[in-house]
Amino acid sequence: MVDKAVVINGLYVSFGSSLALKGIDLEVGRGERVMVLGPNGAGKTTLLRTLACLIRPYKGEASVEGLSVTRHSNQVRACVGLVGHQPLLYNQLTVEENLSFYGRLYLVAGLKDRIREVLDMVGMEYKRRDMVGTLSYGQQRRIAIARAILHKPSLLLLDEPDSGLDAEGYRVLKDIVTEEGRAVMLTTHNVERNIPLVHRSVTLVSGRLVEDRTSGAYGYTALHGIPHTLDATVS
Amino acid sequence: MSESLSQIWTLLWKDLLLELRTKDLFTGMSLFALVTLVVFNFAFDLRREQAVEAAPGVLWVSIIFAGVLGIGRTISAERDRGTLEGLLLAPIDRGNIYLGKLAANLIFMAIVELLMFILFAALFNLPVLQWQLLPVAFLGTLGFATVGTLLAGVSANSRARDLLLPILLLPIVVPVMIAAVEATADVLSPREFSLPWSSLLVTFDIIYAVVGIFAFEYILEP
Repeated sequence: MVDKAVVINGLYVSFGSSLALKGIDLEVGRGERVMVLGPNGAGKTTLLRTLACLIRPYKGEASVEGLSVTRHSNQVRACVGLVGHQPLLYNQLTVEENLSFYGRLYLVAGLKDRIREVLDMVGMEYKRRDMVGTLSYGQQRRIAIARAILHKPSLLLLDEPDSGLDAEGYRVLKDIVTEEGRAVMLTTHNVERNIPLVHRSVTLVSGRLVEDRTSGAYGYTALHGIPHTLDATVS
Repeated sequence: MSESLSQIWTLLWKDLLLELRTKDLFTGMSLFALVTLVVFNFAFDLRREQAVEAAPGVLWVSIIFAGVLGIGRTISAERDRGTLEGLLLAPIDRGNIYLGKLAANLIFMAIVELLMFILFAALFNLPVLQWQLLPVAFLGTLGFATVGTLLAGVSANSRARDLLLPILLLPIVVPVMIAAVEATADVLSPREFSLPWSSLLVTFDIIYAVVGIFAFEYILEP
């Protein structure tokens, strides 16, 4: 069993002639929660999408649970959950049908119970028979979180997961992110709000990893001058 | 194997359920097929003997036109909704996604064809509602759908997908169309000598399906 959830070595990702990631080296331990920071266009989303096997790196290596994202894509996909900018849900299907569809693609055992469980976790059990198209954006975000954890991934990738969530939605997100045993990588611009959720922060600028901090002056301050410390907030 | 079948069935179930609720594809394809057949009916004022000659061509051109309209939507709609990424995130072989989409396209086309055959029999007064045509219709539709589903995946990545799909699809599907037209003509008016068109259709179908299953991996992979 590997002791690292994520290992990235010299990772380059390009879109045509433009390099989005330029030689990223990063390791994330099992159960470790990492905040990925940086200005717009820094490569945060690209990094997460590469780990979810949605983008193929052109150079370097990335692995999840010891499995290469290029050579063992399907195995990697089975242990990764991603909440991106889109909820990835079908408006004309009910909440339950959407989760049932994804659960069957992921071959989730005991699917009915698991759907009930994740809907309980995101506080949306009472909406399970509603069409997704009738839900608000924030409610769809919660269902998207339920979809991402349905198959019990060992690595959860969250791309600005708190956008559109109300206070109750954020509490749900916090509970899921801080659940023991699961590695989490999340990107956010709301640093203050999310500091308590993570063990560590890394900062990307123009596709390069410029800071990797577990304590002391918070990385984002270098870019935005906001005084934050991780020491005070991580238990 | 059973896991793959389960995933393919799940994809098919989802597409059928969505179509049952929206009726987008069915309505568009049926109306287009209806208009095409009516236009052909007025364009060719055929007597019965001539109708037998022209009928297979008219029938298959109508099927192909209606098919082109609908076949691209099963994949491009996923992209428009933003749900294609959900499929790509799942641990499912791309060949299985292809087979799931192919099965959905086959069913949608089969339903539209059933309506077309009834309408065709009424408009052209020809005996197309006979069991012998069933395998020909199936093989011809399968050949068209195998190529169509594959190219729908290719064109879904393009901004000009509605333009690109027919341009790519129609030339490639010509062999299937010729074989389907000739096999249909053989059933409607048996000839003394004819090539084994149905066997050719089977060959095309197998080749296109195998290429589709393996090529889809590279079409959908990032």
